[in-house]
Amino acid sequence: MGLVIGVSLGYLLILFGIAYWGDRRADQGRSVINNPYVYALSIAVYCTSWTFYGSVGLAAQGGIHYLPIYLGPTLMAAVWWIVLRKMVRISKVNRITSIADFVASRYGKSPLLGGLVTVIALVGLIPYIALQLKAVSDTFTVMVMYPEVTAQDLMHSVPFYMDTAFYVALILALFAILFGTRHIDTAEHHQGMVAAIAFESIVKLVAFLAAGLMITFVIFGGPADLFDQAARHPDLAELFRVGELADYGNWVALILLSMVVILVLPRQFQVAVVENVDERHVSKAAWLFPLYLFLINLFVLPIAFAGVLMFGHGEIHPDSFVLALPLSQDLQWLALMVFLGGLSAATAMIIVETVALATMLCNDLVMPVLLRIRWLRLQQRKDLTRLLLHLRRWGILLGYGYVRITGDMVALVGMGLVSFCAVAQFAPALIGGIFWKGATQKGALAGLAAGFAVWLYTLLLPAFAQSGWLSMGFVEQGLMGIALFKPYALFGLEGLDPITHSLIWSMLVNVGAYVTVSLLTRQSTMERIQANLFVDVFRLSADRYGSSRFWRGTATVRDLLDLLKRFVGEERAVRAFHQYARARGLDFRRMREADGELILMCERLLAGSIGTASARVMVSNVAKGDVVSLEEVMEILDEASQVITYSQQLEAKSRELEAATAELRAANAQLQQLDRMKDDFISTVTHELRTPLTSIRSFTEILHDHPDLETAKRQEFLGIIISESERLTRLINQVLDLAKLESGAMRWYIRRLDLVEILTEAATTTGQLFRDKGVDLALELPEQPVWLPTDRDRLMQVVINLLSNAVKFTPPQTGRVVLRLRPARDGGVRVEVEDNGPGIPAEALPTLFEKFRQVGDALTDKPEGTGLGLAICKNIVQRLGGRIWVETEPDQGSRFIFTLPVPRSPEANDD
Amino acid sequence: MAPQSVLVVDDEPNIVLSLEFLMKEAGFDVRVARDGESALEAVRQAPPHVILLDVMLPKRDGYDVCQTIRANPAWKDVRILMLTAKGRQIEKEKGLAMGADDYITKPFSTREVVERVRAYMPDAES
Repeated sequence: MGLVIGVSLGYLLILFGIAYWGDRRADQGRSVINNPYVYALSIAVYCTSWTFYGSVGLAAQGGIHYLPIYLGPTLMAAVWWIVLRKMVRISKVNRITSIADFVASRYGKSPLLGGLVTVIALVGLIPYIALQLKAVSDTFTVMVMYPEVTAQDLMHSVPFYMDTAFYVALILALFAILFGTRHIDTAEHHQGMVAAIAFESIVKLVAFLAAGLMITFVIFGGPADLFDQAARHPDLAELFRVGELADYGNWVALILLSMVVILVLPRQFQVAVVENVDERHVSKAAWLFPLYLFLINLFVLPIAFAGVLMFGHGEIHPDSFVLALPLSQDLQWLALMVFLGGLSAATAMIIVETVALATMLCNDLVMPVLLRIRWLRLQQRKDLTRLLLHLRRWGILLGYGYVRITGDMVALVGMGLVSFCAVAQFAPALIGGIFWKGATQKGALAGLAAGFAVWLYTLLLPAFAQSGWLSMGFVEQGLMGIALFKPYALFGLEGLDPITHSLIWSMLVNVGAYVTVSLLTRQSTMERIQANLFVDVFRLSADRYGSSRFWRGTATVRDLLDLLKRFVGEERAVRAFHQYARARGLDFRRMREADGELILMCERLLAGSIGTASARVMVSNVAKGDVVSLEEVMEILDEASQVITYSQQLEAKSRELEAATAELRAANAQLQQLDRMKDDFISTVTHELRTPLTSIRSFTEILHDHPDLETAKRQEFLGIIISESERLTRLINQVLDLAKLESGAMRWYIRRLDLVEILTEAATTTGQLFRDKGVDLALELPEQPVWLPTDRDRLMQVVINLLSNAVKFTPPQTGRVVLRLRPARDGGVRVEVEDNGPGIPAEALPTLFEKFRQVGDALTDKPEGTGLGLAICKNIVQRLGGRIWVETEPDQGSRFIFTLPVPRSPEANDD
Repeated sequence: MAPQSVLVVDDEPNIVLSLEFLMKEAGFDVRVARDGESALEAVRQAPPHVILLDVMLPKRDGYDVCQTIRANPAWKDVRILMLTAKGRQIEKEKGLAMGADDYITKPFSTREVVERVRAYMPDAES
């Protein structure tokens, strides 16, 4: 007995040592738990003493019935990357401290929900903790009293000071207080505790494997021998076959149940979510943890068979087989090892579960209530850190008291699954909450409450009844004698085991209420914000604080600091403010108004200490103004901004398209106009070409058909043919000229030339026209040469054109034309061709210089021009850098004027 | 029976000259007009049997002249042959729609013009 106690104490001391070491390492910044293997091992806290001893017991009675409890988590691990990682991210971003906090926070930081979750967890799990303690004391009894131990010994209760469980509880409470409530910020990691838990997972695995190996290979002749013997044993043969159809139902139910509890058990939430230091660990744990489950279950059947073969059904409880088998073979060291394994399984579970429950109890049940009780004046108290720690520590101790009381009264057999069923009620609200934005607070409350009520009625109350606490009447006959209300066969659903039965009904009611009420009720703005934060966590947490960084309230830095000091201690508060200021290049002593980010930081820091719901209350107390609605506005803005950005992009796109369309339309219109102009031009040109051609053809045919024409007529017709041919040639040349000018294909030969000389030559060239018609041509040109860079032939073309037009439009004999060169006002020169003809009618002026715009003339029957002359002139003058226009008055004649620029040059000065 | 008469309307002096020569050679009584108004004036004085009418005329164009003549029932026997330089389908159709009897495209064959005019003369029709 002394040895067992000594070794146990020694083991617990080692545990303390590891925890202490882990915390020290964390303080030095060299985390032990930042490691996927440690993470996976800490998740193995799932395997409690119930696994360690109870699985064998179950296997001995029901074959592989123990398996679903491990198949569920294995299946769930496959989707951890989707579900667990999201929970981890959400918890980190929102500094979630527990599952109650998680659920409360998701549904609008509702204190009511947090409290409800906490109550369910407490009611559901404390018996489970008691079961663990009882396992410790039972196995202790077995160790000490073997082989005289009987089932009777285990059942009867001893005074608490004789009870091993009491002392174990005391030690564990000490551990939990030391390493579970060391920090006020529960969102920080309990590194020492996690290290110790991981160590315990190794111990229990090694112990169980050692026992399994020894029993299979040493006590028996290996697995073949063992299974061979078992198959021949009448009791065991039955275990080899899978049972009835209802068994399948039970299997499925148990698998589903254990699938969800691996996520929602407070201790699993604690180690897998709260204590997670790196999301990437999740992916590794997703195969390490199932591997662990596989290994620890490997020898369950062999040990169970060995136990039955060795002891039969009777004096030794199957739950004790693991321990009794080594003892029966006098393998004391192995028995001790197994005992330590069981102890480690129990203690790990107790420690983590209590820390998780204590945090929930403190943050989600006690604090919100205390803060609301005005006469406590807690909101005004200077330092609340001590109060918080005390609350948590006393919470743990009170828990043990409760365990001690209920543990004596409630039949513990099967309590594990009953607990599972209770916490499974969290699953709809939790899993729905991270994937379904529409889920409302009222929906979650309704689902939880309804599921919990069904659980109470179908599992807990009958359990109480069985332990004699209540009359068994309502279990056997139904409530008030109504058969439909039988707790184990509600509404006639019979033939299932109580767990499956309760699970079906509670989940049906829970999910039904959750979904229905969610659909029927509206979310408050706060809920909508939180729903977005949770469901879209990966999108929103791209920046560190999620989308709430626009949070605006008005609070002074001083108020916030005071608030923070009270909950997290002065040193930590000041440090946090310094860090905040430094990160932004500010001096925190000079900061007066707190910005939204600072308020948010405070809220999150507080949330780490007192939970999100309470933190919200505290901060909004200090930060005046409607912070909630502002945050909501910002949230909605954040969401809306995406829509806005998107629609802006769309608008921009459609504007671009419109612009492009407009451009295309304009281009198209221009092309169409150009096309029309080209058509007009071509049809005009062809018309102009056909006219001389018609004359030429007619007279040629006449001459051909009338060879006997008199000579004078003949000469006249031939003359017409010649002049029309010339007209045709001229027309073609001008069309080509114009086409070249317009397309830019004209070749220019610019040289420095004397303008006076060019004008003189043009006058000479057209001299014959003037003489023929008897029109006088006067030259008013300077005597000095006027030098300028120009193209001789083109300029000559312009002047000749203007002169021949002038001849054409002046009366014979009395006609008078002046060719004049004068300096222009802008420093260039201007050339004028003036006549005393009839002038140009006003209506013809606007289109005078356009193609094929001939001005009719009273003097001749038809103008002889091609209609292209002035268009060509205008084009050439413009190309030479000048301007051309006409000044005219009816009956006063016209004056065509064009200018040419004369560049300043030294040579010009020399001349 | 009055001599077969033709009115040549065109603003191109050389074309008028050639048509006048051709019509005289063919034995018709020829008058000429250089624009739309003088053409109508000539018709008013004495409606010819056939008019050779150019489209592009100063003052009033060929379509206008054609329409005016057709609007007067007294001149319903006057045959109108449009001379169109462009030879486009739309011009021909417009001319026919305005009441022209036929059209001749420039540049024309002199023999064809003479044959066509002769074909529209009253005795040929009867």
